Amino acid sequence: MLNIVIDVLVQGLAYGILAIGVTLSYKILDFADLTVDGSFPLGAVIAAVCLVNQVPITIAMFLAFVGGALAGVITGLIHVKLKITGLLSGILVMTGLYSINLMVGGNKSNIPVFNQATIFSIGSWVDEFDPSLRSAMVRFYPVLVVLIIVIILKLIMDWFLSTQIGYLIRITGDNPQLVTALGEDIGKTKIIALSLSNGIAALSGSVIMQLYRFYDLSMGSGTVVSGLAAVVLGLTLFSWIKSMKVTSIVILGSIVYRLSISIALALRLPPSNLKLMSALIFIGAIMINNGHLKEKLNQWLGGIKYVVSEKHL
Amino acid sequence: MLLVKNIYKTFNPGTSNEMNLYQNLSISVKAGEFVTVIGSNGSGKSSFLNMIAGSIHADGGQIEFLGQDISLKKEHQRSTKIARVYQDPLKGTAPSLTILENLSMAANKGKPFNLKKGVNLKQINDFKLLLSRLNLNLEDKLETKVGLLSGGQRQALSLLMATIVEPQLLLLDEHTAALDPKTSELIINLTEALVHEKKLTTIMVTHNLKQAIEVGDRLIMFHKGKIILDINGEDKKNLTVSELINTFNTLHINNDLSDALLLI
Repeated sequence: MLNIVIDVLVQGLAYGILAIGVTLSYKILDFADLTVDGSFPLGAVIAAVCLVNQVPITIAMFLAFVGGALAGVITGLIHVKLKITGLLSGILVMTGLYSINLMVGGNKSNIPVFNQATIFSIGSWVDEFDPSLRSAMVRFYPVLVVLIIVIILKLIMDWFLSTQIGYLIRITGDNPQLVTALGEDIGKTKIIALSLSNGIAALSGSVIMQLYRFYDLSMGSGTVVSGLAAVVLGLTLFSWIKSMKVTSIVILGSIVYRLSISIALALRLPPSNLKLMSALIFIGAIMINNGHLKEKLNQWLGGIKYVVSEKHL
Repeated sequence: MLLVKNIYKTFNPGTSNEMNLYQNLSISVKAGEFVTVIGSNGSGKSSFLNMIAGSIHADGGQIEFLGQDISLKKEHQRSTKIARVYQDPLKGTAPSLTILENLSMAANKGKPFNLKKGVNLKQINDFKLLLSRLNLNLEDKLETKVGLLSGGQRQALSLLMATIVEPQLLLLDEHTAALDPKTSELIINLTEALVHEKKLTTIMVTHNLKQAIEVGDRLIMFHKGKIILDINGEDKKNLTVSELINTFNTLHINNDLSDALLLI
């Protein structure tokens, strides 16, 4: 049981990084960006190749971020300069990235990193504690590491969104005409946001790769759906908490999403159905969010409340 | 100040919908002038504003602004000096940002947008003072998301945002047409006050002939891409709506009853 909780937390938080990236493009910029399906494994493969070649892990993750950011810039340039729709621009770059990822990986479709130290490898300092405490520390260490990364990222993102450039990105998603009226190039704003969003997605890929200790070319497929599912679940469940920032909301959403997948797996659904489940959870969350189901639910709950209050009288 | 020289513009060239709008259109606007523009649908009055703002580009001719040829400049480059308020009250503000955030961004127009805080708390009192002039009680709602405001409130805010950094030229694109009569009057009064106070050069397109006569100091009428009437000074002050309609009729404008109907 505790293992499941730890797994859910680690994965939820690690995918929470992705959710923050996806929030920036989908929710704030209002740009359906499928590049993420390619930039997520790009980050993973860059980090894996770096680790195998003894590059320090911090530099590896930084390079993963830069790689993803470049992919986002390319999507942005295709969209802005060639006037291709956002959706298609993302698909084009995602398709191209498949080959790029193979190239970066040295034509290998998977790279194990079992023998290399990762951010999740606890140092030898832990040996000084007595065995029972030590095993607990080893188990919780990954949660702590990924929690620190997510919190730092969240704080940076909150700060960024409160700067003038952050506001421009929000206005771009809100009312593009106003960005032009403010004398700013809307294309530039979009490119900045897309590069940041994909950089974060790639960073998330590098963290997930270290978690599984394995890079696989196919790990990118469905990234957008799982990222978005976290966003929509978070917004559906937690947006009533007024003081909570959107970054925190999507991190929580990501944890709930991983929890629901764990529950599905615990119910002995075959893991091969995972992508189908992702899609279904996503559709369910959207339905609730769209208000159709919410209305039904409210009517139903309202009925109960009515009965309860009647009894009360 | 603004010199529009020999403009040519054809929409959808080479198709069955080809529309030859402007042929050798020229007009100049002096600094400080408040020009009202009228004309029926499709007469070219809105395209005229779009061309000055840079959202459409002419096929030929030149637009000179403050002694500079701006024909090739992009819309966002022009908009630091040329502000615009649209007919649609939703176009001038960002709905998911608060009033304070909207005003803060507008107040930074013309300066670079970088990693400074988006909201400058030092400006709050200035903003409150500005908003209190509207008499819409918006000064107490600085933290309210603009999406929750009414159309009239949003249009008033749009007008403030367009003029908070003093523009060299203000373009008003039927900015009261989508509002109810009372709000429309409030917005037009605010417009006159702001224009008068800051001595803004202004071009206002309107559908309302009465408004076009009462407001501003020069009136031009577009028809089929040509300026068929250009009245200023005393002549404009003495102008009446019925005279304008007569002019309309003497020009054998047949299918353009819509403007006349507005007055009945």
